[in-house]
Formats: sequence, structure tokens, C-alpha cells
Amino acid sequence: MEPFSSHRGLVAILDRANVDTDAIIPKQFLKSIKRTGFGESLFFDWRYLPDGEPDPAFVLNHGRYQGASILVVRNNFGCGSSREHAVWAVMQYGFRAVIAPRQEIGGAQIPGFADIFRNNSVKNGLLTVELAAEEVDKIFEMVERNKGLQASIDLDEQRVVLHLPEELAFHFDIDPVVKKHLRHGLDDIALTMEHADAIGAFEKHHNVQMAG
Amino acid sequence: MAKTLFQKIWDSHVVKTLPDGTVLLYIDRHLVHEVTSPQAFEGLRLSKRSVRRPELTFSTLDHNVPTDDPFNIKDPISKAQVEALMNNCRDNGIKLFDYSTGNQGIVHTIGPEMGITLPGLTIVCGDSHTSTHGAFGTLAFGIGTSEVEHVLATQTLRQTKPKTFKVEFVGRLQPGCTSKDMVLKLIGLIGTAGGTGYVMEYCGEAVRALSMEARMTICNMSIEGGARAGLIAPDETTFQYVASGHRPYAPRGAELEKAIAYWRTLPTEEGAEFDRTIKIDTSAISPQVTWGTSPGMVTDVDGVVPNPDGVPGYSRRDVEQALDYMGLKPGMRMTDIKPDTIFIGSCTNARIEDLRKVAKLVKGRRKAGSLRVMVVPGSQQVRRQAEAEGLDKVFLDFGAEWRHAGCSMCLGMNPDQLKPGERSASTSNRNFEGRQGKGGRTHLVSPEMAAAAAVEGHFVDIRKWDGLKALTA
Ligand code: SF4
Repeated sequence: MEPFSSHRGLVAILDRANVDTDAIIPKQFLKSIKRTGFGESLFFDWRYLPDGEPDPAFVLNHGRYQGASILVVRNNFGCGSSREHAVWAVMQYGFRAVIAPRQEIGGAQIPGFADIFRNNSVKNGLLTVELAAEEVDKIFEMVERNKGLQASIDLDEQRVVLHLPEELAFHFDIDPVVKKHLRHGLDDIALTMEHADAIGAFEKHHNVQMAG
Repeated sequence: MAKTLFQKIWDSHVVKTLPDGTVLLYIDRHLVHEVTSPQAFEGLRLSKRSVRRPELTFSTLDHNVPTDDPFNIKDPISKAQVEALMNNCRDNGIKLFDYSTGNQGIVHTIGPEMGITLPGLTIVCGDSHTSTHGAFGTLAFGIGTSEVEHVLATQTLRQTKPKTFKVEFVGRLQPGCTSKDMVLKLIGLIGTAGGTGYVMEYCGEAVRALSMEARMTICNMSIEGGARAGLIAPDETTFQYVASGHRPYAPRGAELEKAIAYWRTLPTEEGAEFDRTIKIDTSAISPQVTWGTSPGMVTDVDGVVPNPDGVPGYSRRDVEQALDYMGLKPGMRMTDIKPDTIFIGSCTNARIEDLRKVAKLVKGRRKAGSLRVMVVPGSQQVRRQAEAEGLDKVFLDFGAEWRHAGCSMCLGMNPDQLKPGERSASTSNRNFEGRQGKGGRTHLVSPEMAAAAAVEGHFVDIRKWDGLKALTA
């Protein structure tokens, strides 16, 4: 997978919470046995009219967001199924990073991303950035007001910068393990295989029938 | 220190703690289906790796298979996917439960049924509802395709340790209420992301009283509450289930006795600590019906479609969007909602016990008006059992379709789909936009509630419904 160090690009916004994996990539596209070709089907049901033409009302079809590579959404993005196709679709459309808020609603902490989606993102080199709700509100506001707004995301510095006349910067936290993986584009399987001896030793005494 | 069930299973599967703090966790069973595996096998081939433990890997066909004529897949892309899995299993020496075996079915239905799912194990599958198997006190969770490849190659996963969440159901269910209502209620309380990062353990008197099948329904929907896994401690009900029926992969005789002795050591110990807890009064749970496009958008059947400002966990706009999609107005009574289609199926509720209950409720009746009623068993084994008991006849006399096993309209990957604007009462687990077909509107309910709606043509409060007597008699 391609390592991620820093990225600069056009920012697009999708003002929705709980965007589920069925919305990201509907099931009819999961029949493929390949890992490519999902970009055209991203957000399919929202993006296209019944006759197959792009729906002009859908935000990512607006002229100003063409070529966007950073997507900003609301909380709990990618909930639902484990389909990695969702991450492939987001990336193959052209996004390198997705930004979503941690949100407190009615006393509950709602994370920016669903668990499996976030996991799958790491394996594919898609950066998921979680910011505070007010920060994401601010980004939404700035993108709406400034056509063509670009942002830079620096993984080493853990910083998102909006390229406004007066730059706006946000710090983000990230799990150091995730950071290292993305930064170096690590192949998990190769890394694990280095521990083949330990796995073999474990298997000698581990009873897979009783797991005791 | 007192340990939780989760902690015990975790500890017994740690191969190694890596310097960065992640853990290599050993995987005892890997379940595979046609949709999320082809790219993983392809990855293995490209990197010239092989499957480390093919005998711990089990596969089936469920997501995209037609349920009217399973031997005749008309869609060429679905067919290619099915063939890919057949070839991959053959080439790698993996057991495949296809039609000819008589054991094909939804992956989460057949695991327990075949005795592949046992207490104390770790089980993964490229499918989020792998949480179902947690009902046996086994740590089971869904993974993405890259991780499927990782497990195929190494029989391990790299994991960071999740936190634990104790969900205690005190009191007993009212007649007509089910474990589906318990889990929908829970999701309504904590929200669809409330369990993110946690493994849930469901406990309390109400859980102990449930059958294995009803427990599976709760664990199945853990993911709808954001948690990747749900656990229920194994007990006599569990042992009884494992020991009974045709379960070719379960231990038998002295092996089983030995296993049960070990399984008895698994439950959470007195005083063990959880990172979070919630206590729910089960006796106050009404039958639940979802009204929106997220499983947390749920209310009591004797309630009304809520006001956009009054829904915990969702913003005003989330609710407005959902109501607009669902074609509902705030204040409408839930019992005034009229489905066009009733779908009884899915890994949440298509086991034999579910079908028996539905059959009791609809026996000797006719479905309401022009309703479409589909009954789709979870597996070939369930289908055979149902036919042996004559349930198929009951369904057909009622006016329902009696299908072959598969995921079917739970996700509509095969031709079983809702048309735009059509409304379903569904025993499945997701009511997302377009889940059951583009523009389709899904209301999640228990099988009992779906049966009552099929009889009356609208949702009814099953507690007050005359037909309930058929169940309690
Ligand atoms: S029945 Fe539905 S939820 Fe269950 S595995 Fe199949 S598609 Fe997934």
C-alpha cells in the first residue's frame, strides 16, 4: 500500500451523519471479484438519477468539488457492514483522507468513524482524521464560504491546515500504531510472518477444539 | 484479580504482544463467504502465500445466491463470484458447504448449527454480523478483506485490546416480547455508535432465561450498537444446544465432557470490572419497531413517530432526512403504519425456533390483502427441519412464499428486493437507506411482530393482540 506522509488537495463536504457502508457502496457492486473499479459507484444511490445521469442535487456532483481529495463528513462515518469495498470506493474515487467529528449527543460520545471502517482504512492507506465537533463545524463553514478551498494534512505533524488567506490549523490525535502503518505503508502479513515461529510454538500447546 | 469472560478468552489466544503494544491474537475458526473473500484469495496468490490452517477455515454461499432457484444463478457476476469461491476452496483444501452438501446457509446460521461455533473460541469472518457467535461465549467479530487475507495466511490477527461493556437485563420479558426487542431497545438507548471500541457482555436474569437462538439474535445486533463483538456466558442452555442435534464438528462423548468442564470455567467472575455498564429493566420493554434509517431510530409499538428534536443520539437534520426517506410524519401512530412486504429471514431471525413461532401465529389464517410475505430459512438444515414439521405448508396456506436458504432480502444482493417506496416489516438487522432495495423502506421488528403485521396488514401491539394466544397456549 502507498505510504501517507502529507497531502494537499481540494476539500469536499458531505453534510450527513451515520453514513453507512450500504450508502458508500451499495450491494450490487460487491459482486466483483476484483479490488478495483469501485470509484464510479461511490455513493451510487445518492449520486445518480434513475436514468444513470449524475444527480445535480448531490453535493459531490457540484462543479466546485470536482477533483476533491479530502472529504469532510459528520459522525459515525462507515457504520454497518465490514465490506472493505467501502474503503476501496472512497479511495478509488480520489479521496486520500476523510475528516469526521467526535460528537457528544445527549451525553454519549459518538466517534467520527465506525470501528471496522477505520480498521479497513488503515490497511489501504486511507487516512481517517477525527476532530472535535466545533472544529469540523468550522471546516464546513469555511468550505461553504470559500470556493476551491484546499487543505493540507501532515501526518508527522498531525495537523490539518485550511489554506485560507489566514491559515487555520487543527491538531489531531492518532494511534501511534496506525500512524506508523500509514507512514510506512506497511504490509501487515509480511510483518506477522516474521513471527511464524511464535505462531508455531503457540499452536503446539493450543487446543483449537477447546481453546484452553 | 477477578476476570471477565472476555479477558479469559483474550488471554488464552494471545500468541505474542508486539513491541508497539498490539497483540497477535490466534484465530480458532475462520468463516468465509463468497462476497468478501475473492480479493483475499487473489492477494494470497499474488504474493505466493498459502492458507496456514485450511482445516480451521469453513465456507458457504449465502449473500448473493437466489432463494427461488438456487441451482440456477442467472446473474453472471454473482455466478462468477460463487465459482470463484468454489475454486478457491478447492485449490486451498477448504471445506465448502454448497448446495450439494445439504448444509449450505447463512454463514452465521450454519456455524452454530454444525458445531463449528463452540464456547471459548475466537471466530472471525469477513462479515460484521459475526458477532452472532458470541452467544456461545466465544469471541467473534467481523473483519475486512485485508484481514481475511491476514487470517488465511497466518491464522492470527493484529489487534488492540477492546474495552468491555456490561449490559445487564434485569427482570423478565412480557409475553409477546422477545430478545429482538431487548437488543433494539438497547440500541435505542446507547445509539448506533454507543458500543464502538467495546466488547459487550450481555447478562442478567432475562438473558439466562433465553434459548440459544434468542441469544444469537441479541449478539447478532451488537454491531448495530457499534460494538464489534457481543458475549453471553456459556451455561446449561449452551451445553444442551451443543450436545443436541446433528453437529458434526462439535465434540462428543468424553471429549464433550472434558470441554464442558472447561467451558464452566469461562463465565465472568464475581467482582470483575467492566469499563462501562448499563442496566435495563426488561419487564418495561415494549415490542420495538424502527421508524427511521438507522437501527437506533426505534420506538415502542404503542408509541408515535417522534418529533425531530426529541430523538436521543440524532440531530434534528438526521431525523428529518430519515422521516422524509421513510415517508412518515411526526406524531403518526406506529400501529397505523402499513407494510407492503413482510420479510422473515436473515442471520438475526431465521432459525427454526423463529419459524416455529411465526407458523404458530399464522396457522389457519390468511395474510392481509395484497401483502407480500416471504419466509426465507437461514439454512438448508432449517428448511428441512421446517418441512419435516409441516411449517412450509402453514406458510404456503397463509399465502407466503417459502424460499431456499440465503441472505435474500436482508440486503437484496440477489433478486429479492423492495421496489422504490415499498415498505417492509423485516426480521433482519439493518434499516439503512436502500438496504433492501433502492428506495425501499425498512421497519425492523421481531418475527412475532412481523407475523402479527402480516395477519393484520399493519403493525399491532402484539401484547394486546388476540392472535398471541396461539403462542402462549
Ligand atoms: S443475513 Fe443479512 S446481515 Fe446476515 S450475513 Fe446475510 S446479509 Fe449479512
